[in-house]
Amino acid sequence: MIILDNVTIAYGQGHRRLVAARDVTLAVPEGAAVGLVGESGSGKSTVLRAIAGLIPYSDGHITLAGKSVGKRRTTAEKRMVQMVFQDPYGSLHPNQTVDQILAMPIAIHRLDKGEARIAKALSEVGLGREHRYRYPHQLSGGQRQRVAIARALILEPSILLLDEPTSALDVSVQAEILNLLARLRREHGLTMLMVSHDLAVIAHLCDTIGVMSRGLLLETTTADAMASGEVVHEYTRQLLRSNAGFDRSSVSAGDLDISAA
Amino acid sequence: MSDTAQLLVDDLHVRFRTPQKLVHAVRGVSFTVGREKVGIVGESGSGKSTVGRAILKLTPANGTVSAARMRFQDIDLAAASETAMLKVRGRRISMIMQDPRHALDPVMRVGEQIGEALDGRGLSRAERRERVLGMLEAVHIRAPKRVYDLYPHEVSGGMGQRVMIAMMLAPEPDLLIADEPTSALDVTVRMQVLAILDELVSTRGLGLMFISHDLNLVASFCDRVLIMYAGRIVEECRAAALGEAQHPYTRGLLASLPRIGERRARLEVLKRDPAWLEA
Repeated sequence: MIILDNVTIAYGQGHRRLVAARDVTLAVPEGAAVGLVGESGSGKSTVLRAIAGLIPYSDGHITLAGKSVGKRRTTAEKRMVQMVFQDPYGSLHPNQTVDQILAMPIAIHRLDKGEARIAKALSEVGLGREHRYRYPHQLSGGQRQRVAIARALILEPSILLLDEPTSALDVSVQAEILNLLARLRREHGLTMLMVSHDLAVIAHLCDTIGVMSRGLLLETTTADAMASGEVVHEYTRQLLRSNAGFDRSSVSAGDLDISAA
Repeated sequence: MSDTAQLLVDDLHVRFRTPQKLVHAVRGVSFTVGREKVGIVGESGSGKSTVGRAILKLTPANGTVSAARMRFQDIDLAAASETAMLKVRGRRISMIMQDPRHALDPVMRVGEQIGEALDGRGLSRAERRERVLGMLEAVHIRAPKRVYDLYPHEVSGGMGQRVMIAMMLAPEPDLLIADEPTSALDVTVRMQVLAILDELVSTRGLGLMFISHDLNLVASFCDRVLIMYAGRIVEECRAAALGEAQHPYTRGLLASLPRIGERRARLEVLKRDPAWLEA
């Protein structure tokens, strides 16, 4: 469904050019859930944005549903790929009601039966009619993230891109959103690509996991291999250890990689 | 567990006046901190950071703090005046904030900032510089002389947090309050910063109050854990025994965490019981 073939993404020009992701090759089969894990600056969100068409890529090919997509996308191509962002406080327009937020994509894509679509999207993400005419500030963090998911689903995309969808939420709310995403994926046969710095969250939702660091996709492994510790790359092992919590024996305060910035 | 209680808090209440209503953010919290690592865990809005600030009397102007007793060693914090608090803050009790990028002065060299914490001790410039370099070494910065002259934007997040720890420990306080000290850091860097904190706590005999939302982290790092919910401590237990926690809120939180190697079709969702507000 999503095929990345040696994709390189860079920001800036000339001597200020910064390669954020280099030669990334990744395949997400239809209906699969794939996760990208890595630390800040590893290029994981950059890859997601390039797939969504938000930023151009300089090298390689991105193929969505069998069609190579370039810089300019058709409305249908845009509709096929929808994205949910990290911060539900920042990604919703503060001066628009939930109803207006959800009506926007319908208007842009000139879809019919807007009324019914909004009601359906809201009920799918577990929000009631009483939430429809509220403003984002009248909703909790979890409810806002549900609105953001509803906004992505209202166009009936086949691919859902998730950029740290739960990292701004408390753990109890995180569980609700992860359950919601798992259910939506089952019911709609969605293809999902999720990015997170939290290995446990990725391993919960995704079968295949790509590990990124400094713009490179170091390793592609599975949730099961992660669980049994059968990982190849030393960096992945380090992530696994960190995920298990603080362990005096695994970190010695002495061997620190000290380089400014 | 705590040989000698350094900090004693008894029935602490914090209330905030807002235009709409009076918010009772901390409702009767009691605990002690000795020469040990005590974790305070809770979700956003549970009042955990408010407790940390109340101890240093850094509660915003619209808040009122009241406590039956609040003592630190020989100082009665509850009754201490603003002038008396100046002798406590930074010198006896220090606080590490969440994000070094916001807490460090962006237009002041790192070394100068750490040196500020040593002002008023009659040190010569050279002595002060020596002490700062020593602190930078203590937090395992390998090239302290170079880092001394850097500005905050020139250091990475992990190093910024080490600079902050160095600054907070320079006046040799007895208690360190760390409010989410590693949340803004990447996981691998997080472990290094924790290792430094751990080492300093054990070598200098500090008390550490570690405020965090991360249950796993606190369980593996601290000696004791206090779990806060809606402004109260609902449970207290040894960190190693967090898995056997009794309170339904703690159990619910633990169950709602995804775990590697334990894939479930659905995660438990926390069902909040109004009775917890009173428990």
